[in-house]
Amino acid sequence: MTIVIKGGSIVGANGITSADVLVENDVIVKVGKNLTGDTTLDASGCHIFPGFVDLHAHLREPGREDTETIETASRAGAKGGYTALIAMPNTNPAHDSVTVIEFVREQGRKAGLLDVFPSGCITMGRQGEALAPLAELSAAGVRIFTDDGSGVQDPVLMGRAMQYAKSLGVTMAQHCEVSALTQGAVMNECGCSSDMGVPGWPAIAEEMMVQRDIEMSRITGASVHFLHLSTARSVDLVRDAKAQGLNVTAEVTPHHLSLTQELLTTFDPVYKVNPPLRSMKDIQALKVGLLDGTIDAVATDHAPHARRDKELTLDQAPPGMIGLETALGVVLSAVDLDPVQIAAVMSRNPARIAQITEQHGHNISVGDIAHLCVVDLDALWQVDPSKMASKSRNTPFVGRQLRGMVRSTMYRGQITVQDGVAQK
Amino acid sequence: MKHLRSISEIGAEGLLRILNLTESMAEINTRSVPKVPALRGKTVVSLFFEDSTRTRLSFETAAKRLSAETMNFSISTSSVNKGESLRDTIETITDMGVDAFVVRHKSVGVPWQISQWTNASIINAGDGAHQHPTQALVDCFTVREALGSQDLSGLNLTIVGDIKHSRVARSNIQAFCLLGANITLVAPPTLLPLNIEHWPVKVSNDLDAVLASTNVLYMLRLQSERMAQGLVPSLHEYSTRYGLDERRVAALQSSAVVMHPGPMNRGVEMLIDPSDIPNSLIHRQVTNGVSVRMAVLFDLLSAEEM
Repeated sequence: MTIVIKGGSIVGANGITSADVLVENDVIVKVGKNLTGDTTLDASGCHIFPGFVDLHAHLREPGREDTETIETASRAGAKGGYTALIAMPNTNPAHDSVTVIEFVREQGRKAGLLDVFPSGCITMGRQGEALAPLAELSAAGVRIFTDDGSGVQDPVLMGRAMQYAKSLGVTMAQHCEVSALTQGAVMNECGCSSDMGVPGWPAIAEEMMVQRDIEMSRITGASVHFLHLSTARSVDLVRDAKAQGLNVTAEVTPHHLSLTQELLTTFDPVYKVNPPLRSMKDIQALKVGLLDGTIDAVATDHAPHARRDKELTLDQAPPGMIGLETALGVVLSAVDLDPVQIAAVMSRNPARIAQITEQHGHNISVGDIAHLCVVDLDALWQVDPSKMASKSRNTPFVGRQLRGMVRSTMYRGQITVQDGVAQK
Repeated sequence: MKHLRSISEIGAEGLLRILNLTESMAEINTRSVPKVPALRGKTVVSLFFEDSTRTRLSFETAAKRLSAETMNFSISTSSVNKGESLRDTIETITDMGVDAFVVRHKSVGVPWQISQWTNASIINAGDGAHQHPTQALVDCFTVREALGSQDLSGLNLTIVGDIKHSRVARSNIQAFCLLGANITLVAPPTLLPLNIEHWPVKVSNDLDAVLASTNVLYMLRLQSERMAQGLVPSLHEYSTRYGLDERRVAALQSSAVVMHPGPMNRGVEMLIDPSDIPNSLIHRQVTNGVSVRMAVLFDLLSAEEM
């Protein structure tokens, strides 16, 4: 059984070539002109990218299957062009045992729509008190560790985690938030938060932990990844650290590239997210950082929540917004990235950070596993939550017109999405 | 005007209209039978998720004097205690047929959230540290009455205390600014909001330095929990630097007036008995509360039919 993807422009690491891609079973077997196969997938006018890799998705299973399951998130991811998701550890129970890791991986396999790679907790139960069994989880295949949802507050514990990370060759991913500075916060600390009389989440609460972990990476040599950077100063800190040759990487979310703190003045909890939406000045710095390579990857921080939870008051409602199905469109509408840069920030760099380059983030060459997505970079479309595959609807982009649409997604040689419609 | 959720929402026009309407309501309240049939057939629900004495009672009195039906919602005996959501509570009461919700809640933004779930008018009786627009209307009316002048331009208003956590301050800043007053905020730096360069106010940490130029001295309540949060080193230090005592009253101009939205924290911000303050408007604030809330209810609920 062969499939030929015809008429597209292939986005390789070094440039774009117009060619067809022939896939047999789950492998790319030929790249060239005028190829034929048993089935044809039309890619005319479109670009063919290596399947996208999301470093940051909350799949909610186990624990909150009413808001998302690994299957529904996988389908949402496929619609967004993703062929791999890194599952965040703040489930219930959390990803601090081999049992949970294997459960998540197995649910991903059963859904069969993309590869689900569970992250591991840095500390037991994400409580910040005792190290999770890092070596054991690493032996079970976990390559990236985080307590995402909160940062590891204790510098002693974090230092030890980094010593482990260095010896195991895994990555420590930090949610940077000094929690003593963000008690009760619902939004960025700014003029609007003072107008509204709500406690603010100051930029320094992120930047202090970015600075701390840069210094710890310097001492330990561990590889550190900064999750969802949101402030201008954080970008500067990471840029300086990279210039010094330190082993640090960073991601930014689509919403931090496109939405500002002023949206909170509507009091709609759909705009509540952690870290919070910041200022236009921060957005500009994040865009510069993404374009100059300071920020390696776009990651969704896809965070499904039940409608009843997002109808709580602004202080009570949980933070987070869904993002898998809108990520590419939001990013392309906000930042002027060329196709090679898109492939880098959506696929190749995140695959490298997650240490999954054997199968993901490839150059679309013969012999690669056929994880691909076909994107119409110029297509305009409108966000309609009723058409989303995610089980939750908490998107801040309702009704927005976006540029850049995922037409089709191929996972292990199977078409998971065709003409924007999930195939299974 | 459909809702009264903030002063900025109604603007100068709405503010002046309600203040003028309050004059007529005040007249009604001087009659031997202070009751008119203006809102007969209308239903007003008091939805207080937070404690209140004067705001709640003055709204209920106002509604009754205009002949509106009142429904009184007590959180402790309601289904909210069984875990009913805010949305379900609002939709349930709306289904019974109501014209206005008077709502107080500890969370900022609740009046805006619930206005999506009902077609009734929403009157904000206090949302967190954000807004308390009827208190500001009461205070503007009370100052105009005391000065015998509708024109407050050039008036020096000094607001003292916990500005950071005060919905009364936020509403009064908007309201008195619309009426042309000069506003000075006085507080220790930790009780001032950050990033307020865009507010139309002057800021000072020194109460004694501004007393002589003050026409209206507005004292705010300091909640004792601010101590626990470490926002002030001690209540003693706070009351020494920012409390109103006899010496400070004497330092005011003889024509200056003193206000407080209540409830007072005697011994903290009020070191002098209010009855010993020659120009205290504190009792007028309470009395005018009823007239102002009558004007608000009338403005929101009678306009619908026009």
